[in-house]
Order: sequence, then C-alpha cells, then structure tokens
Amino acid sequence: MGIENYFAAGIFFFLLGAVMSCVLSGKAQNYTYVLSAIGAVNLIIAGLYLSAGTLISVPSIPITPALEFSFQGDALSGFFVTVISILTLAVSIYSVGYTKNIGNQGLMGFLYNLFILSMYAVVLSGNIITFLISWETMSVVSYFLVTFDRDEKSAKAGLLYAVMTHIGTAFIIILFLALYKYTGHMDFSGMRAASAGIPKDLKTMIFIFSIIGFGTKAGIIPFHTWLPRAHPTAPSNISSLMSGVMIKTGIYGFIRINMDVLGHGPEWWGITIIVIGAVSSVIGVLYALMEHDIKKLLAYHSIENIGIILLGIGSSMMFGSNGMYTLSAIALIAGLYHTLNHAIFKGLLFLGAGSIMHATHTKNMEDMGGLIKPMPYTGLFFLIGSVSICALPPFNGFVSEWLTYQALLLGFNAPSITSKIISPLGGAALALTGALAAACFVKAFGISFLGVPRSPHAQDAKESSASMIVGMAILAVLCLMAGIFPGTVIGVISPSVIALTGSDGNISYNGLLSIGKTFSSLAPAAILISMLCIGAAIAVFIIAAGKRKTVYADSWDCGMPSLTSRMQYTATAFTKPIRLIFKRIYLPKRELSISYILKPLFVRSLRYSGEITPFFERYMYEPLTAFIRSAASKARMLQSGNLNLYLGYILITLMLLLIFGI
Amino acid sequence: MEYLQFLIIILFSPLLNGIIKKFKAYMQGRIGPGIFQPYFDLIRLFRKDMVVSVVASWIFKATPYIVMTSVIAASLIIPVITLKSPFGMIGDVIALIYILALGRFFMALAGLDTGTAFGGEGSSREMTVAVLVEPMMMLSIFTAAVSAGSTNIARIAETQNMLYSPSHILALAAFIVAVVAETGRIPVDNPDTHLELTMIHEGMLLEYSGRYLALMEWAHYIKQMLLFTITADIFFPAGISYTTEIYGLVLSTGVYILKMLCFAATMALIESSRAKIRFFQLPSLLGGAFVLALLSLVIHIMMGGK
Repeated sequence: MGIENYFAAGIFFFLLGAVMSCVLSGKAQNYTYVLSAIGAVNLIIAGLYLSAGTLISVPSIPITPALEFSFQGDALSGFFVTVISILTLAVSIYSVGYTKNIGNQGLMGFLYNLFILSMYAVVLSGNIITFLISWETMSVVSYFLVTFDRDEKSAKAGLLYAVMTHIGTAFIIILFLALYKYTGHMDFSGMRAASAGIPKDLKTMIFIFSIIGFGTKAGIIPFHTWLPRAHPTAPSNISSLMSGVMIKTGIYGFIRINMDVLGHGPEWWGITIIVIGAVSSVIGVLYALMEHDIKKLLAYHSIENIGIILLGIGSSMMFGSNGMYTLSAIALIAGLYHTLNHAIFKGLLFLGAGSIMHATHTKNMEDMGGLIKPMPYTGLFFLIGSVSICALPPFNGFVSEWLTYQALLLGFNAPSITSKIISPLGGAALALTGALAAACFVKAFGISFLGVPRSPHAQDAKESSASMIVGMAILAVLCLMAGIFPGTVIGVISPSVIALTGSDGNISYNGLLSIGKTFSSLAPAAILISMLCIGAAIAVFIIAAGKRKTVYADSWDCGMPSLTSRMQYTATAFTKPIRLIFKRIYLPKRELSISYILKPLFVRSLRYSGEITPFFERYMYEPLTAFIRSAASKARMLQSGNLNLYLGYILITLMLLLIFGI
Repeated sequence: MEYLQFLIIILFSPLLNGIIKKFKAYMQGRIGPGIFQPYFDLIRLFRKDMVVSVVASWIFKATPYIVMTSVIAASLIIPVITLKSPFGMIGDVIALIYILALGRFFMALAGLDTGTAFGGEGSSREMTVAVLVEPMMMLSIFTAAVSAGSTNIARIAETQNMLYSPSHILALAAFIVAVVAETGRIPVDNPDTHLELTMIHEGMLLEYSGRYLALMEWAHYIKQMLLFTITADIFFPAGISYTTEIYGLVLSTGVYILKMLCFAATMALIESSRAKIRFFQLPSLLGGAFVLALLSLVIHIMMGGK
C-alpha cells in the first residue's frame, strides 16, 4: 500500500469517528474513539514513510483563481505527523474509558476528531492560505474544547485563549503577507526558492514576528499566560493533546519559516532563541513549582519543555549562521528529539492527571495523598512520566537533554565571544531547570500519591478503567523505548535534519550513541542493563545475607498520640524554601491574621494566606489591557449611534480619498 | 583489573568515611572510633530486623535498591586507577550526575512516603539544595569539558591542560563547595546529628531501619568516595594510569590513595573549622560558588582557551 493510501485511510477513520460519535448514542459512542485510534495507526505509518524522505503533494484544490488549497509533505512534516499520531493513538484508547463521565459525548467526539485533523492539516500545509485556514480551525476547535465544561472559569480561560491565539495569528498573517509580497509565492517551496531576494531588515521583522506569532502558540515566556489557564480547563484527554502536540505546531511553524524558508539568518537570531529558551525553561518550571493544581502544574511544565526545545533549535540556528552545519545538525536533533519526548511524557502525565481527577474529583494536590495504594497502575505510570520529564536515566527525557547539553557545550566552538559565553550559560540554565523539575515532580508525585490520604475524596479513590490504563501504559512503554533506543528515534529525525542543515550531525549509533565531533558518548541501553544487573546483584546479596523479620508499625510520631494526615508535609510547605530563595522572582505575599483571647499568649484562631505575584500578568498584561481599554473608551466618542454622524463619516472619508488617493 | 576498578569504590568507601571521622577526631582533640567502625555499623545493621511504617508503599521498599543501584552504576562509569575503563564509554560526566540525581529523586520520594513531617522536611530541603548545587556543579565541569572538547571523563582527564591556571583553581573551588553540599557535610548539612530542625539527609532516612538503612548508608559512603574520585579525575588527573600495565596500576593506586587521604583531611578540616550555617544562608554560599564557576569559564574564554 502506498503512502497516500495510509494517509487517505487515516483521514477517513478520523472523519468516520467524527460522524459516528454524532450518530451513535449510549455505550457505542465511547467506542468511536477506537476509530480514531485506527486512524492514528495509519498515520503513524504514513508519518514514518514521510519522515524517511518520501515527498508527497496532493493536487491543489483551487478556491478562487488566486487562492488554492494545497497539501504537501516533506520529512519535517512527516516527523510532526508521527509525533501527533503516536500521542493520538494512546489518547484515543484512553478516551474510550475517560469520556464515559463527561456530558455531551457526541460533541466531544466530533470536536476531538476535528481537532486532530486540523493539527495534521497545519503540519502538512503546502501554502500560506492552507496553513492559515488549518491554523484557525485548530485554534477555534481547541477553543470549543477548552470551554467544553461550560462554566464561568472555562469561559474566562477560553476567552483569554481566543484573544491570545488570535494576536499570535495576526502576527503570522503579517509575516506571511510580507513573505508573499517579496517572494511572489504563496507556497512554501516557492518562497524558499525566492527567499534570497528578501531585504535584510524585512527578514529580521519576519523573524521577530515569527517569535511572537508561533511563540504564542508554543507558550514561550512572556506570551505564555493563556497556556496555564486554558490547558487545565479542557477535559484531560484534550489537555494531553494540547500540551503534548498542539503547542508543537508552533515549533513546527517556527522551524518552517526560520530554518526552512528563510535559510540562515545572522548569528544573533540563534542567540536570541537560546536566551528565550533558557528564560522560558527556568521561569516555566519556577511557576510550576508554586502550583498545587496538578493540571496547571503540568501546563507550566509545558512552557519549561518548550524552552528546552528552543535551546536546541536556537543553538542549531546559531551554528547554521556560522556555517557549522554538523554542529547545527546535532543541535537540531536534540531539539526535535525533545519535541517527541515531551509529547510522550507530557501526554502521559496529563492522562495520569485525568485519571487522578476522575478518581478523586479534585485538581488540588493538597487534597490528595496515598493514591498509589488504591491506584497502583496510574501511580506507576505517573511515576514513569515524572522520571522521564525530570530527565533521569534510563528514560527518554535524559537522552534528549543529554543531546541538548552536548549542543550547548559545542557552542564553545562558535567564533564569537557572545555565543561562547551564552551557550554554556544555557547549559547552566538547563541544569537549574533539571534540578527544579526534579523538585517539582518529587512534590507532584510525592504529595499526590504517597503518604496518608489528605481528604475523604482521596480515601475513596478507585483505579481507572482498563482502556485508560492501556492508554497510559502505551506512553509509559514509549518513554522507556525512546530512552534506550535513541538510534531508532534519530533515524526518524535524521532526514528532516539533513534537509534543513545539510548534515546528519555525525552522530552514530551502534549500541553507543556517540558524537563524532566530541568523542562524548552515551549508551542508554547499557546503562539500563547495568542498572538491572546491579539491582539483581544487590537483591542476591540481600537474600544471601539471610532472612530477617520485618515488623510493620506506625511512622515515628515523636511520642505524640498519633499522626494525622494534616501533620504531613504539604505541597506549600514542600516548596517554601524555593519560594523564599527565589523571592525576587516570585514576589511572594503573605498575610497572617491572629485573633486573640488574651494578647499575646492565648490565640483563638490563626489565619494564614500566601500567594505569589504573577509577574507577567501584573506588570505586562494588566497595564496593556488597561491601556487598550482606555484607548477604546476614548474611541467610543466616535460611535455616537447617530445615523447622520455615520453618514458624515462616510462623506468625509470619500472626500479624503478623492483628494489624496487619486 | 580495569573491569573491577569500580569495586575499589564500593568496598573501600566505608573505610574512607572512617578515616574522615578519625581525622576529625584528631583535629578536635578526641581519640574517636576506629577507622573500620563504618564496616561494623553496616554489618550490625544488616543483621537486624526491620521496622517498616504501615503507611509506606512499594516506593519506600524499592528506594534502597534504586539508590544503591544508582551509585554503583555511577561508579562503573568513572576511571578510578586507570583511564582505560571499559564502562567509561556508556556514559559521560553528565550521565553520571543524572544517574546520581535518579537516586536522589527516589530518596526524596521515600522521605514523603511515610507521611511524617521529618521525611517531608528532609526531602524538601534536599531538593532545594540540589537546585542550588546542580547548575554550579555543571558549570564548573563545563570549564573542564570545553577545554577537553568532550564530556567523556577519561578524555577530560587525558587532556587536562589548564592545570593550575586561574580558571582551573576557580572551577575547583566551586566544585569542592558542590562536593561538600552533595555529601551532606558541614557547613551545608551535619552528618552527625539527628536534630529535627537541622537535618537534611538524615531526615529522609529517619524511617529506615535494618538492612534498608544499611543500604542507604553504604550508598551514601559510595557517593562520597565517587565525588572525591571524580574531583581527582577532573581536576588532579596527574598520576592516573593511561594503560592497564601492572607497574602503572600500582603507582596509580598509590597516588589514588594519597589523593583520597588529602580529600579526607580537607573534608575533616572544613568540618572542624566551620559551623553549620543556617539553611536560608545557603544561597549566598552556593550562589557565590556559582559566580566562581562562571568566572572560571569567562577567564577560560578570555585567556583564549580552546
């Protein structure tokens, strides 16, 4: 079967899923997600074909003589199709069980399939019109999914999302129009061919607009404010897709414009992206640490991981503009590898969060605790996701962060002093991010799954249904697979990297992942095997030492009557040292009000409340909105509602046009 | 022999801890326990029955194995007496730090697993210290790594050409602070106390007993010797054998013992002459070390290092 057939079959199944979920009702409705899963399998195959370098282009469909729909796929599109499909497969299986508990399942199924199709359309668009229409469809459909719960909170989050994403789209439209004006082409391949003719200043403008436009979708700081609000309000299967793959379409657009269409820019572009990546990763994870809403926490981690991806992409651009194509390829492999990894483990973590919420009916970690006992599978998979996102070996996050470290260290070979200093600092930021992420996931896993249940909800939690567990299991296994078989993953990434940088990075894999340029090497599979052997040896050692009794008793309570669940460390307490150490960033506020029976010794009640200042909202967006509001209220003077006045405006406009225009 | 050099760290790490304690005792005018005391402690713990909290889940029971595995896996990677380490290729210095981080991650989880305040307190502080230490540790390693053009430990040791340059000394100073923090020693943590308000590492281990505790303690000794060894490899590689020839190995072993004794004396000196500082003053100490590491890198660039 040819690649086109797999594409056709995949799309057919998604469309069928969309239709069937509207037509069917009752239990059968849930099983329509199986159709989406089948579609995803087809598209995984198609994506792998495509990423191996097969080019496809579908005959264009003209809308008007000047505008036409055109879809085209190259290796880069293929890689993103594969990433989207892998996550879609797992999420679709998960959705069979998960959607039983949400209202309006027909609408859910319809939007779900449409959402996935729109993401495919974005990464397969051949020209700017198709791209913009797909991009808008994706934004609008995801808006409906964010506001799916129809309460005030999701309406607010949805509005913010809609506004932010359209500001981003506006910048994308401007940059596309500029590209069209100077190249005379609407399709990406034509633009690429003619991009040499674009003036330098305009290229810079396009670069900056692409940071804002695509960066808003990807959630880089400071355009991230919608992300931690919109992602958590959507149902968890959707959050998983949004955080796992939708924000990656921003990365795709960024690479497509800045590394493919425009070619190599000046060195400072790359350095700018490294700095943005470093800032996004550190600030993203810092805010994640202070979040006790488990889905918001994960959403902030998406910002962090986009930052890590940008560290790789930025280094790649920096090397590219210095003509160091081998190094550029290594850095791009790191960035794309992390793109795939983040889709897998973040998808997994959001599905895990969905299971937790399904079982406990709360998002607040302070009301959880001890969940690993009633929910052993969810606990195990959430743990695997946590270990992966913290980049701990032998799971997948480690391999891509290792590659990113290598890319940043190689920055030392760049000619300019700035890149020599910025690159290792990016490495230090990555180390800081890694350590903060570890702290954050010790908190996220430890407070939710370990200890004693902190509320009746957590006490009565039950394990999720089989399909949800299978969905998570697929991703958990992939976390390990992508961690110990880097050769396979790099094989999928390589053709796109070769197409974009002209080199394969001289990275070889024969059980040992080695970078020819540096002699640095890593054998993740060998690390896993040696760990298993060592673990077995320790177990044998312990058994050989003879059997000893184990007595089960209460935890040490300092001689108090007994420990209660409220005496455990809370998420707030856990992160307090970090809150105090980084107080310049958090600007924490605390209020303590005490009412006394008799001052100062006899206290009746204590009320403590603390919060951190949301810096970007407070100092960037609030003044901006205030300004727009005041400008709008001034502009309102023009709108009196009087018909004669409006006719007068038309008259004045016409006269002005006649005088100046012609 | 080159296959077994990691056993040196595993077997002699309790001895090294005993020696540090002895040095400390001398400096403080005490006689102190014998240098083999840590072995007796471990054997005694292995013989004891265990008490496990009813609250604890499988994480609590798996953690001693995972922590021990992580430190042994890390010691496989590093060259001890010869650079020709067959396992040296499976991971570099970044892998080593992240493998150790895996152990720390689970240790912190185990602290939270028993539902006590002490465990949570220990975990919280341990992860906070790690946040401050890791970037600084990485940055000081970067200085060495960029001059070697590789993160492979054996290669860094081979091409260590910035010996006793200013940037070398600054990076070393930062790294020693990192080692002190990572091994839980004064002025960051006090290994000899179980006082609730000050403990970090011991807080996480509070619920452990018997052989689990023995594994955790032993793993901690191994981690300590591991960090000393990596400091020696990166900053003082002189004397380490490049081959597996027997005379070279004997010489290299002698030099290695000497280096470890120097580290033990330094640690004992730092511990005896400093007081533990308040937890919230740590950022200024560790932040200072970060600046040192950064300076070392900048100087390295300014001096036109490769």
